[in-house]
Amino acid sequence: MRSLVATCLLAILVVGLPIPRAAQAATGDPARGEDIYHRCLACHALSHNSVGPRHCGLFGRQAGTLKGYSYSTAMKKYGVTWNEETLDRFLENPLKVVPGTKMGYAGVKDAQERADLIAYLKQATRDPKICN
Amino acid sequence: MTIARLSPTPDGEIRRSFLTGFGKFTLSATAIALLAGNERLALIGSASAQTTNNDVAILNSALGAEQQAIAAYQLGAESGLLQKPVLALAVQFQSHHKQHADALAKAVQKLGGKPVAPLKDYAFPKDKLKKEADVLSFAASLEKGAVSAYLGAVPILTDRELAKAAASILGDEAMHWAVLRQALGQPPVPDAFMS
Repeated sequence: MRSLVATCLLAILVVGLPIPRAAQAATGDPARGEDIYHRCLACHALSHNSVGPRHCGLFGRQAGTLKGYSYSTAMKKYGVTWNEETLDRFLENPLKVVPGTKMGYAGVKDAQERADLIAYLKQATRDPKICN
Repeated sequence: MTIARLSPTPDGEIRRSFLTGFGKFTLSATAIALLAGNERLALIGSASAQTTNNDVAILNSALGAEQQAIAAYQLGAESGLLQKPVLALAVQFQSHHKQHADALAKAVQKLGGKPVAPLKDYAFPKDKLKKEADVLSFAASLEKGAVSAYLGAVPILTDRELAKAAASILGDEAMHWAVLRQALGQPPVPDAFMS
């Protein structure tokens, strides 16, 4: 009986453990991501600052530091470097992750859609034909 | 970029004055809704300061997108690439965006926020706008983005009257997008759902 209880407790512990976000990450499809990126176009562009900052050079850039764009104080203080994981977290719920951000948007709630979008951004923001 | 008032053709002027009159009715209804939203927020009090701040951020994002759309239609109208009746359509759509921007700016102020100002210059891809279809495609991409932006705003606006007003604008943006697609010879309503 004792061993059964121990097994159940172990099972509960294992199941209850948070899985690292990176381990959950879905494989993204850049082609689908390009379609999803169309949702961003009212405020963003790859090559130039708009209502939101330009996306070229996004990966490896520290949040809130792009020259020529006026960020919120909250984003200037956020301090992360943009990569797959930090983008995934932010895009899921921008206003919750960075309260005070200018990006007044519910977020991309579907993990696969976020993965697709990030896969597209990873390609497009390094494309020399777009980003010069 | 200096945003000057458009000078539409006489035909466009007649049509616009009719549509502007209708727009005034719509804006008036929206303004009442926004005012009602403010009164409700006043009752809720300071406990919801963070959610009010979120509403201000959401409305300001939408306002920024509307200001960009106004500038984009100005660019299109001044490009010399738009012919009748498309030019009149662009003028009409720009007037809608101006009405949206006015309503959003007022709502931000009523919530105690500061409306964002239009950018001094919009880095539009002018070198890629060489014919009418290019301008229409560019406008359609902004309208589609606007639909998505409002779709992202409606569920998280804490004040339901503001959400209703945002949904009303969303419907207008979606109609713009469909009409522009039709003008481009594309299926105007390609899907049953927007995202």
